[in-house]
This record gives sequence, C-alpha cells and structure tokens, in this order.
Amino acid sequence: MNTATLFGLCASMLIGLGLYGLLTHPHPLRKILALNVIGSGIFLLFGAIAFRGAAAGMNADPVPQALLITGIVVAFSASALAVALLLRLFEVTGDVSLANEDPAARKDTSKDKPHD
Amino acid sequence: MTPSLALNLALALLLLGMAGWAVLVRSTQAAMIGFMVYGLLLTLVWTRLDGLDVALTEAAIGGGLTGFLLLGAAVRLRGVKCGVTTQAPSLATRILAALAASSVTLLLALAVLTLPSPAPSLAPAVAENLAMTQVGNPITAVLLAFRALDTLLETLVLVLAMLGIWSLADDHHWGGRPGFAIAHDASGILLYAVRILVPIGVVIGGYIFWIGADNPGGKFQGATLLAAMWLLLVLAGLRDAPTVSSQTLRLWIVLGPLVFIGVGLLGSWLAGSFLGYPQGYAKLMIVAVELALLPSLTLILGLLIMGTPKREIGR
Repeated sequence: MNTATLFGLCASMLIGLGLYGLLTHPHPLRKILALNVIGSGIFLLFGAIAFRGAAAGMNADPVPQALLITGIVVAFSASALAVALLLRLFEVTGDVSLANEDPAARKDTSKDKPHD
Repeated sequence: MTPSLALNLALALLLLGMAGWAVLVRSTQAAMIGFMVYGLLLTLVWTRLDGLDVALTEAAIGGGLTGFLLLGAAVRLRGVKCGVTTQAPSLATRILAALAASSVTLLLALAVLTLPSPAPSLAPAVAENLAMTQVGNPITAVLLAFRALDTLLETLVLVLAMLGIWSLADDHHWGGRPGFAIAHDASGILLYAVRILVPIGVVIGGYIFWIGADNPGGKFQGATLLAAMWLLLVLAGLRDAPTVSSQTLRLWIVLGPLVFIGVGLLGSWLAGSFLGYPQGYAKLMIVAVELALLPSLTLILGLLIMGTPKREIGR
C-alpha cells in the first residue's frame, strides 16, 4: 500500500471518529474538539491527494498544500470564536448545556445571577 | 514490508489511537491534552507527505494554539457538570451515530481507493511560472502570488473572528482588557522559563518568517510563534493584555490587511488585475505584504486566544 492511500484511509477513519464524537458528546467543548478532529481528517485527506500530485520535480502538488495552510488558520479562528461563545454562554447562564430547557426553569436559575 | 511503510503504518495507528482517546475519553482535560499530542503526531505525518510548510503550520496553529485554546477553556469550565448524566445519549442514539459515522468513513475510503490515476496536478503549472514570482518556495508563491486573493480573505476572516470575540463583551467591559491575565509572584519558575524562552522564540519566529521566501516557513508560522511568546509574557505577568480600544493596537491590526489591499489595488493599476504584480517587482511586493502582515497576524492570533474583554478600561 502506498503512502497516499494509507494516509487517505487513515483520514477517512479520523473523519468518522470525529463525526461520532460530534454526534454523541453532550459537552459543547468536546463537540468543538470533535469538529477539529473532523477538520484535521479532511485536511489529511486533501494532503494525501496533494501527495499523489507530485510532478515537475516537486514532491507534492503545492497548490492544495498552500490551501491547507489557509484552511488550518481559518479552522483555528472558527474554534477561537466557538470557544468565546461557549465561555460567554457559561457566564450568562451558569451552565454550558445545549439542551432545550424549559423557559420557566431557565428564568429561575438566571434570577440570582447578576445581570449586566 | 519496507521500513518506510512500517513507519507510516505505525504513525497512522498512533494517530488513530490518539484521536480515539481525544474523542472518547471521559475527562475533558485529558481529552484536550490528547488533542495536543494528536496535533504533534499529525505534524510528523505531514513530514511523511512532504508537506513541511503544512507540518510547521499544524505544529504551530493546529496542535499548538488550538490545543492551548481548548485546554484553557476546559480549565475554566472545570467542575461544570453540563448535565452529562441527564443528557448522555441513549444506546440507540449511539448506535445510530456509529452507523452514520462508519458509513461516511466507508464512502470516503471507497473514494480514496478509486482516485483517478495519473493524479491531476497543478505542480507543472507552478514550476513553469515560479521564476516570475522571484520566490523559491512554491508554497509561498501560491499563497502570495497565484492564490493571493485566498490569503487576503483569510486575513479578513481572522479580523472578523477577532471582532466577533470582542463583541461578546458586556456593555461596560466594551473596549477593555481581555480577562486573560494571571498575576504571578516574580520568583515563579514560569518567570524563569519565560526569561529564557522568549528571546529564543522571538529569534526563531523571525527566522521562520524570513526564510519563508525560499524554504519551508512563512508569515503564519512565524506570527504564531511570536504570538505564543507574547502569550507567555502575559501569562507570566510581565506584560498585561492590551486594552482593545487602544488606537495604536487597532492601527497595527489593520496595517497588514490595508497594505495587502493597497498592493492589490496597485496591481490593478500597474499590472491590469487586482493583486497582479508588475514584471520584475513581484518579490518586492510580496516582501512588503509579508512584512506588514507579520505584526498584524501576531496581534490577531494572540488576541484570539486572549478572548473577550472582561475588565474595564484602565484596569
């Protein structure tokens, strides 16, 4: 089995693993992490495809590799925004749950929190 | 089995094992630390796929900064139960999720095994036009010449994400300092480590930035290292996080994007297309854009980690 196929298959499994975590974890921080595992799997798949494109004296196709660098940076900024939203949610409600709550019960818990 | 294949196989198995740990382990903090190790393993995989520039980015941003961000959030949310016991998905949900995930994996694996051969490649086109950009590293040529528009939009995405994080502040903390500050006594071991690490890190960051023209490296990797050194200074209490309403700070943040857009407009005037470079001046313009982007990216990446303003102006 060649390098590109091996890491391509590895990337497919990473995407599946991340998807499972995203669907089953109740904790939002774990969902953000799972999303990052999916993202890195997709990047790796793209990297394996770039590796197959070796030509003209280059060991890999530089165009997808450059786009990968852009992708990694954008994924980081999305994660930073997601974490900031989560911390703000915790600050306002005192909880990080994403479940649909009873609006009346929610009002009670937020009453003793200082409001801005 | 050749040694190279054995190494690849071992790396792939370790990577999958670490990802499994990060996704499935019970403790959130253990998961975050697992994710950082996963990032380092992924960096090794990138070197096996001959993507040294991607490896540097993954080590700096994918594993490093993202891991730091997630671990920081996990520590801040420590002890929050998040109704894990009441919201835990039922067995049926788990089975359905596992089925959905494995069918996605199977479809992707099928796609990997039936990729067209010979593989399509843009490498010959890059090799043909590389001399025109006057830079030796094809990745830098793609990022700042052939696909410069992507890089410009990426910079704008970073600025937007930072504005989004700032705008989550309370009304009376708007424009203040991020809550990211830890007061340490001056004798701490952290302080000692910071005094030794920061000068070395700044030199390496500058080096990685500068060699990016002809070798693996560049502004994003360099800026991430510099941002990490800045975060270390703030963590050790040697510098406070900046007031985000500061005009000087904002000027440095928009400097990079503005110079980039300015060079783009100059291109439409001199070379006939937005972000086109006039013959013989490509390297000069690329270096101008990179030099202007370095301080902006360093500040933006650092501020993305520092988070939402939580202290009033002047405090």
